[in-house]
Amino acid sequence: MATTTYSTENAAGNLTARALREGFYAGLVAFGLFFLFVGLETTQNIRNELVLNQRWGLLAIFVAVAAVGRFLGVLYLQPWIASRKAARAAVVDKAAPEGFFVRNFSKIAIVALVLMPPVVVSLVGVQGSLKWVDNFGIQILIYVMLAWGLNIVVGLAGLLDLGYVAFYAVGAYSYALLSQHFGFSFWVLLPLAGILAAFWGMILGFPVLRLKGDYLAIVTLAFGEIIRLVLINWTEVTRGTFGISSIPKASVFGIWSFDVGAANNFAKVFGLPMSSAYYKIFLFYVILALALLTAYVTIRLRRMPIGRAWEALREDEIACRSLGINTVTTKLTAFATGAMFGGFAGSFFAVRQGFVSPESFVFLESAIILAIVVLGGMGSLVGIAVAATVMVGGTELLREMTFLKAIFGPDFTPELYRMLIFGLAMVIVMVWKPRGFVGSREPTAFLHERKAVSGSFTKEGHG
Amino acid sequence: MEYFVQQLINGLTLGSIYGLIAIGYTMVYGIIGMINFAHGDIFMLGGFAALIVFLILTSVFVGLPVVVLLLVMMAAAMLTASLWNWTIEKVAYRPLRGSFRLAPLITAIGMSITLSNFVQVTQGPRNKPIPPLVSSVYNVFGLSISLKQILIMILTVSLLATFWYIVNKTALGRAQRATEQDRKMAALLGIDVDRTISITFIMGAALAAVAGTMYLMYYGVIVFTDGFVPGVKAFTAAVLGGIGSLPGAVLGGLLIGLIESLWSAYFTIDYKDVATFSILAIVLIFKPSGILGRPEVEKV
Repeated sequence: MATTTYSTENAAGNLTARALREGFYAGLVAFGLFFLFVGLETTQNIRNELVLNQRWGLLAIFVAVAAVGRFLGVLYLQPWIASRKAARAAVVDKAAPEGFFVRNFSKIAIVALVLMPPVVVSLVGVQGSLKWVDNFGIQILIYVMLAWGLNIVVGLAGLLDLGYVAFYAVGAYSYALLSQHFGFSFWVLLPLAGILAAFWGMILGFPVLRLKGDYLAIVTLAFGEIIRLVLINWTEVTRGTFGISSIPKASVFGIWSFDVGAANNFAKVFGLPMSSAYYKIFLFYVILALALLTAYVTIRLRRMPIGRAWEALREDEIACRSLGINTVTTKLTAFATGAMFGGFAGSFFAVRQGFVSPESFVFLESAIILAIVVLGGMGSLVGIAVAATVMVGGTELLREMTFLKAIFGPDFTPELYRMLIFGLAMVIVMVWKPRGFVGSREPTAFLHERKAVSGSFTKEGHG
Repeated sequence: MEYFVQQLINGLTLGSIYGLIAIGYTMVYGIIGMINFAHGDIFMLGGFAALIVFLILTSVFVGLPVVVLLLVMMAAAMLTASLWNWTIEKVAYRPLRGSFRLAPLITAIGMSITLSNFVQVTQGPRNKPIPPLVSSVYNVFGLSISLKQILIMILTVSLLATFWYIVNKTALGRAQRATEQDRKMAALLGIDVDRTISITFIMGAALAAVAGTMYLMYYGVIVFTDGFVPGVKAFTAAVLGGIGSLPGAVLGGLLIGLIESLWSAYFTIDYKDVATFSILAIVLIFKPSGILGRPEVEKV
């Protein structure tokens, strides 16, 4: 007995020593990393020369946080994770019956989304609802729709596309230009924008048919940049960086309009006080319908031969070919379908903002959409929606955190840290859950009974 | 003709910078098969480190010779950038090494966003100009070649020779090539795979930091977004030359630099990047594995 206690004591002592050592190294590394960037700040003085500002206190905080964090991590967090892992392995894996909430999650979510605008309006009033419906509701749903669209290309067909934002741009500019020059309405141009984007998807698809993996990724990235650069430089048509402004608003199928002067103005017809919130609520339902359409089409396509061909292509291209699947049409349809939904989302974006400029279609947007798809669990529609809500909603929430000013002083602007936190969150979530939020897969084709399998069994995606 | 040669020299200078960044992409891709998206931002970080060290040196030791100044800037930039890339590999890429292909790509994109915003938050979003360090210009046969350009090209060539030697002639290079071919087999034969991969990241970052210092010296200004465009172009260069191939990366870098400067000189400057990317697409359509890349043979 005595020996065992001794050995555990000894182990504990070793652990503390190791934690101290690792904490020290972490502090040292942090010092090296942050010495130049945090300890010193380059600022312009009155004569517009660069001078250095010293911030040794801040540097000390950074180093201390790294050292103490690493120390505590090694001492407490790592043993805790290890013991939890062991405890979980010891328990025989008995599948807990899924609760009512989990089973009907998507239905509950849809009902909640449909009910959201009236509930918000009744809680905070018509003007107060603007922020929640527009900044959170519409903003998140646009990303959900884009991510679901990209999911067809990346999650189902396994084609890594880093230039998805190009189709979003095509859709937005199609609506902006055609509505201004020809006066077509939103409902005519929405399908047209989708078709145009799908054509661009095929145009991109043809040259890259022979490319695989990362070569495909770089060419799609290049394609996205080409579209953006053309939008910037073709000033006669696109007005370059100034963008296109005063894009016409959408109407409720031509019955009611949201233009203030119009005779059939929505608020006037129903005798409501004038407010831009009605338009936003209408747009909320439009994007909700569009997003649900994307999800519906994806779910149906996965059960069709073309959807199965996509998933087969993702898992093994050579096997796919030898089974007689035409990989050319399979790839092209994946690109075209994904691009079409990007185009829909783009024209919706144009009608919502009333303004488009190349600024909105930078590579960062493609990266964010791809990150949402991967973080959500590649192919899992629910997972992607959750990821979009967490990532986009989280960063939007940061704008609202005015109480942080009370802690960090009045100069503190949370918006400045928005993208920094977004980037860090991407890394942390990925390292923590490499298979995304929804890690289990539901196979489309199965023998006898449908079983969820771990994501690690599939190459990538939801198959 | 003189105009053409002049543009050729400008293009080669630019191409040298791209080539140096491209080596980092190509080495990392070769050894672990991932696109290190944060590499462009490591380049930017190197440039910023050089800038800050420049400001320290000029404010503490007045009247330091330019050669010493440049060497210290470069050394500090290399150290800082290497430490960053080493840390990033350790915390963001290593835990995902056995995971599926897209996982490290996403953390790399996340790191790229993090790094550029980190520099924005800590150093401010404005352009950071420095006074010209090297300003002499020589006239040779009616061409004007600046000392900066000569320095950049000499540095690129000597660094390349060093790296070529390391990769092809030393034990470390052998370990790198072995890890590249078959990681498991290399580990069985006693190669410390983790260490080899870490060193590869450090080497790539050091070259990117040199490129960053030269970029700062050549253009005299740096800003936190400067990692993206040169990064994408350098990656394009690596793919164009055949990713995984060291001479390919440099060849690709020089080609991209030449295309860019010649296009700007003879056509419009607005569409120079469109030209670069279009040529990339065209080359890949006809030669999908790049100019010097080995075609990938897939065994079933």
